[in-house]
Amino acid sequence: MRYAMTMDTKKCVGCSDCVVACQTENNVPLGYCRDWIVEKTEGTYPHLNMELRSERCNHCENTPCVRTCPTGASHVIEGGIVKVTPEECIGCGACIQACPYDSRYFHPDGYVDKCTFCDHRVKKGQTTACVAVCPTKCLTFGDLDDPNSDVSKLLRDRKWKVLAPETGTKPHVFFLT
Amino acid sequence: MKEEIIISGRNLPYIDPVLNIWHWQIPLYLFVGGMAAALIFFSAYFYIRGRGDELKTSVQIAPILAPFVIVIGLIALLLDLRHPAYFWQLYTTIRLDSPMSWGAWTLGVIMPLSVIWPLTYLKEIKEYFSNSGKKVKGLIQWVENMVNSIKYLRLTIEWFTKYRYQMAWVNAVLAIILGVYTGILLSAFNARPLWNTSILGPLFLVSGLSTGAAVIMWMSRSTKERMIFSRIDLLLIAVEIFFIVHLFMGFLASGAVQIEAAQLFLGGEYTAIFWAGVVMVGLVIPAILETMELYGYHIPISIPALLILIGGLLFRFIMVEAGQVTRYLY
Repeated sequence: MRYAMTMDTKKCVGCSDCVVACQTENNVPLGYCRDWIVEKTEGTYPHLNMELRSERCNHCENTPCVRTCPTGASHVIEGGIVKVTPEECIGCGACIQACPYDSRYFHPDGYVDKCTFCDHRVKKGQTTACVAVCPTKCLTFGDLDDPNSDVSKLLRDRKWKVLAPETGTKPHVFFLT
Repeated sequence: MKEEIIISGRNLPYIDPVLNIWHWQIPLYLFVGGMAAALIFFSAYFYIRGRGDELKTSVQIAPILAPFVIVIGLIALLLDLRHPAYFWQLYTTIRLDSPMSWGAWTLGVIMPLSVIWPLTYLKEIKEYFSNSGKKVKGLIQWVENMVNSIKYLRLTIEWFTKYRYQMAWVNAVLAIILGVYTGILLSAFNARPLWNTSILGPLFLVSGLSTGAAVIMWMSRSTKERMIFSRIDLLLIAVEIFFIVHLFMGFLASGAVQIEAAQLFLGGEYTAIFWAGVVMVGLVIPAILETMELYGYHIPISIPALLILIGGLLFRFIMVEAGQVTRYLY
């Protein structure tokens, strides 16, 4: 089991529904977010090209955050989901420094918090909150090891990229282009 | 021309727009950690070489500062933690991959050893401070009385005095680990291009050793010892300048993000403070003053020593702040 997500940059309209759904589902403190929208514009007016992305923790295969954690609070669970145990986190910030995607933050209570790929929902056979609400269906969640899963099919049929591949993190969030 | 604008909807505290999660605590700790490592290393090294009576200050007296500066560093580290009540979690596991785990364990072992070493030299320390104020003398007397009145403490100190040679070896190794660790802590983060270079470990070690040497030559009352440490310091400064040049050569020969990181110091916003503050004031000027001293000019030793300390502290502040500015763009 290797959980992964694909994000279709051609379908996304940047509505931020995924952001709000995540904040509601996971009780994310006010002013914080576990996923976010990035709008990248290239070119010179009027010859412009825009890409919209819904970003989050990439649940990397090679995890710099877990490697640098001094207590083992950052860890990888079944399915390759990267999680933090609040009771083991000392709030040193090493994992935040280590993440090239800056997808972790200090929860106001002191520990480090991040996207969990909604593992509490996935365990029950549901999909993640952001995927569930996306009105354009640009987000897809599934198992990379299963060749018949939606994510596997999309990664076969479409062109895709991952973010900052030069960092060697092997992300599990793929952006369809 | 191709232009690019990236707008992010994310606005996380301390992370956007520029990462800023490590403030003054970490560079201060890196500074005192490097200095403590140097004080402990020099005392152990010259003891092993059998020069304890000749280089009294470095072997017997200066290490008394080590536990105090380590405590300052530990307080700074504790203040840096956002979940400080859980700090003991560091000591429930050993994680060989994590530099911070190495550092926590090294500090945990070196802290008591740094207290014990000066306690084995109480007589000599008393003698050194015999002309000092009442408070200092009273404090030393109080420590001596405590050691004498608690039987097990006295026996422990006696035992360590007997095995001082072995202790010196342990101290020397731990001090090197501590000194290198202050640099490796930063270089382990591949996400921050300015830090992500293996030269940072040796560079911080050498810089730390030179701050320690500065402290020793400042404290020393023997001209000969001052001269020896002045020479050691000169050598360390030369190595440090070589490493700094090496650092930037490495960046410029590396990938796009590291070239960008180097540009912060080669025309970017940290150029003036780094080359004037760290390299000129902290390295070149003290080196010139020390060379003049070696050629017979009389220069108060406190001036180069103080400049080296200022340069070392500034270097760590700049590296920690600038490192958080550098990142991968995608």
